[in-house]
Amino acid sequence: MESQRVAIRPPLEHAGESRNESRRLIDAWWQELTRADEEERPVANAFVMGSMAEILHTFDLPISFPEIAALQTAVRGQQMDLLLAAEDEGYSPDICGYVKIDVGLHATGRQHPQGVYPKPAIVVATNMCNTYIKWAEIWERKYECPVFVLDLPGWRGTGFEYDRTSETFANDVRYVEGQLRELIELCEQVSGRPFDVDKLRIVMGHVNEMSELYQAILAQNKNRPAPFNALTEGINYMGIANMARGRPEGVEFMRTALAELEERVAKGVGAVADERWRLLLVGTACYSNFREFVGFFDQWNGVFVASEYMSYAGGGIDRGIRYDLDRPIESLAEQILLTTQPSMTGIFHSHEWQAEIAREYDIDGICYHGIKSCRTVSSGLPDAREWLMQHEDLPGLFVQSDLVDARLWAGAQLRNRIDAFFESLQSRRAQAGV
Amino acid sequence: MDQELESIIEECRVAVEDPGYPGLQDWLSSNPDGLVLGHFQVYFPEELAHAAGMFPLKLMGADTSVQIREADAHIAAFVCSILRTSLEQAISGRIRNLAIYVTHPICDAARHLNGVWTRQFPDVNCQILYYPHNTRSAHGLPYLVDEYRRVAGIIEDVTGTTISDESLRASIEVFNENRRLLRDLYGIKRETPWLVSFVEAYLLTRSAGVMDRERHNDLLRRALPLIRARTGKSQDKIRIVFEGGFCEQPPLELLSVLQDVVYVVDDDLLIGLRWLVEDVPTAGDPLENLAEAYIESSSYSPVQRDPLKPKEKMLLARIRDSNADAAIVAAAKMCEPGLEEQVAYDDALREAGLPHLIMEFEEKTTNFEQARMEIETFVESMLFEFA
Repeated sequence: MESQRVAIRPPLEHAGESRNESRRLIDAWWQELTRADEEERPVANAFVMGSMAEILHTFDLPISFPEIAALQTAVRGQQMDLLLAAEDEGYSPDICGYVKIDVGLHATGRQHPQGVYPKPAIVVATNMCNTYIKWAEIWERKYECPVFVLDLPGWRGTGFEYDRTSETFANDVRYVEGQLRELIELCEQVSGRPFDVDKLRIVMGHVNEMSELYQAILAQNKNRPAPFNALTEGINYMGIANMARGRPEGVEFMRTALAELEERVAKGVGAVADERWRLLLVGTACYSNFREFVGFFDQWNGVFVASEYMSYAGGGIDRGIRYDLDRPIESLAEQILLTTQPSMTGIFHSHEWQAEIAREYDIDGICYHGIKSCRTVSSGLPDAREWLMQHEDLPGLFVQSDLVDARLWAGAQLRNRIDAFFESLQSRRAQAGV
Repeated sequence: MDQELESIIEECRVAVEDPGYPGLQDWLSSNPDGLVLGHFQVYFPEELAHAAGMFPLKLMGADTSVQIREADAHIAAFVCSILRTSLEQAISGRIRNLAIYVTHPICDAARHLNGVWTRQFPDVNCQILYYPHNTRSAHGLPYLVDEYRRVAGIIEDVTGTTISDESLRASIEVFNENRRLLRDLYGIKRETPWLVSFVEAYLLTRSAGVMDRERHNDLLRRALPLIRARTGKSQDKIRIVFEGGFCEQPPLELLSVLQDVVYVVDDDLLIGLRWLVEDVPTAGDPLENLAEAYIESSSYSPVQRDPLKPKEKMLLARIRDSNADAAIVAAAKMCEPGLEEQVAYDDALREAGLPHLIMEFEEKTTNFEQARMEIETFVESMLFEFA
C-alpha cells in the first residue's frame, strides 16, 4: 500500500457550505414529515427512481422516501434491530434490506432516528425497480392506502432506438401521459385539492434549473484533481436532488454546491490528498460500513470521480431534464421517458455508458460493488466488468457486500481484494511507463 | 400402466430431463433452417413466434443435469439459479438456431438478462417485452397492443415472414387447444388426483414449453382419456396446493417427495403455460385479442401487479376451488418477489385458519431428506389435528 501523502490545502471561502446546507435541508425534511404525521395530513411515499415529485409537490403532499430513511438508519448503525424485526415478521434474509428496515420501522412504532416515520396516505411506485412494487403492496396491505404504479417502459433491446420520432416513443408517451393524468386525479382525491397546472409549471421549472446545476456539478469531476468524491459528497448531492426536487431550496443547494466545487477546481483542491487513481463506482455504497469502505480507497489516494449511483438514483436528473412549460403534462411524460430510461433501465446495459464515462472522466479503473439487497443494480455486474475489460481494456474490481446488512460485511477480505486491485493498477501503470 | 400412456409420459420425461432439448432437435430435423425464439419466464405470447414459423422455446432453467461452467462468471452471487442455468444452456450451444431471445421485466434480477445476453450473443436479437405494470390503467391495454405489434414486427424482420391475421388466428387455435388440454389435465388432478401422479402431470405440462406444440397437443389428446381410464383408488392423503413455482422450478425429486406424501391438487408450476385461463377469441383482431387476454383472462403471479387480483386472495381462491386442505408455500432461493409474497400468503392463510408450510427450494438441490422430513412432519401434524 502507498503511504498517505499530505497535501497542503489553500483556504477556501465556501468550505463546508453545501454540507451545512444539506444537513439543514435534511432536518427540515424530517420536521415536515413529523409535523404532517402529527397533524394527520396526508404524506406520499415515493422512491428515488421516478418519484413524481413534480406532481406530488403540486398538491403540497410531503414526500417520504423510504430508501433514504433506510440508509440513514444504516449510516447511524441503527439498522440491525430493524432488519431483525422484519425477519421476525417472516421476511427472508435474502431480500432487499431497505424493505426490511422500512418494515421494521413500521413494526416498532415508526420512530426514525431523525423524526417520525409517517404512514403513507398514497404511494407512487414506478417499475424502475420491481421491488418498489412489491414494497408498495406491503403498505397497501398494512394501511389500505392507494398505490399508484407508474409504469415507465424501458429500453427494449437489440436495435432499439428511443428518439422522439420513433413509433415506440410515441406509444410510450401516450401511455405515460395517460397514467400521469390518472395520477393527478388520484392526488386530487387524496389531498382534497384541485389540480393547479400553473403550480405544476413552477415545480417543473425548479426541476429544470436543478437538473442543469446537477449536470454542472457532475462535470466538475472531469477536472484533475477531482473536487469531490462521488461516493461521499456525491451521495449528498443525490440525496438533496431527490428530497428537494422541484423546490426552490433544492435549486439553491445545487447552486451552493457548484460554487463550492468551482472554487476547489480554481484552487486545485481535490477530494483526496494527492489524487493518484480516478475511479468509477458501479453499484452502490455500503452504508453499514460506509467510512471503512470509503477508507479502503482513500488510503490509496483513489477517488471516485463518477458513480453510476449518482445517475440512476438521481431520478434521471443527470441526463438533463428540459421541461417545456407550455405543455407541462405532455412534456413531463416525454422527459421522464427520455431521462429516466437511459439512467435507470440503462443499468442493465450500462457497459457502453461506463466506457463513455471512463473516457470523459479519464478513469483508471472501475469498482463494481454488488450487493445482496439490490438485484436491480447487482445481477449483471460481473458480465459488464468482463465486457469492459475485453473491449475497452478497462480494469475492473468486483466486490460484494450489502447496502445495509452488516452481517454481509467481510472487511478483511474486501480490503485484501481492494489492495490487490490497486497493486494491479500500479503494476499496469509501471508497465505502461506512465 | 397402459403402454401407450407410459410411452407418452416417457417422451415428455425425456423432453424435460434431457438438457439437449430433444423436442427442439426433432423439430429442427424436419425444419433444418427453422429459427428459434427463446423466451424467459414467466409468460410470452408464443403464438406470435409460431405464426411466423418459429419454434418458441420456453427457457425454464435446468436441474443438476446442466453443469455450470461459465454462467457464474457473468452473474453476481445472491441471484437465483434459473438465471445461470438458462444462460449456461445458451453458452454451451444447446439452443441451436436461436435467433431471438425475449425477456420480460418480471424481477430485478431477470431484467439484467437482456444486457447479459446482448453482450454474450451479439448475433441474437435480444429483446425485452415490457408488459404493463399498471394493468388497470385505461391506457394499459392499448400500450400492450402496441408492444405486441413491436415484437411481432421484430419477429417478421428476423424471419422474413409476415404474420398475417390468418396465420395468427391459426396459431391461437393451436395454443388455445394446448391450454384447454392442460386445463383438462389440471381438472383431473383436482377431481381425481389418484389417477395421475404429481410428477406425471408436471412432465405432461412442462414438456409443452420445449416441444413442437402440435406434437404436444397430440400427446395430450391421447394421454388424457388414458389417464381417465385408469382404475386407481383414492388414498388417504392430504390434499394440498403447491404455490411458488411460477419461475424457477423445483427439481423433479422434490415433486416426487411431495407426491409420496400428499395429493397436490393444484399449483402454480409453470403458470406461464396456463396464464390465459380461457380460449383467446379468434374473431376480430387476433393480436388485440391476445393482449386483452393477458390482462382480462389471466391467472396471477407474484411478478404481476394487478389490483384486481390480490395474490393472497387468489391463492385462497385456488385452495377453495380445488377443495384443498392445506398449502405449501415455497419460494426459490434468492427469488425476491417469491420470498416477499410468502409473507402475505402466510398472513392470509393464518387468518383463514388454513394449515400451511413455508419452504424454499433451488432447482439444483440434490438432497431431499430434509424437505421430506419437513413435509412429512407437516402432514403428520395435520393428521393429528384432524384426528
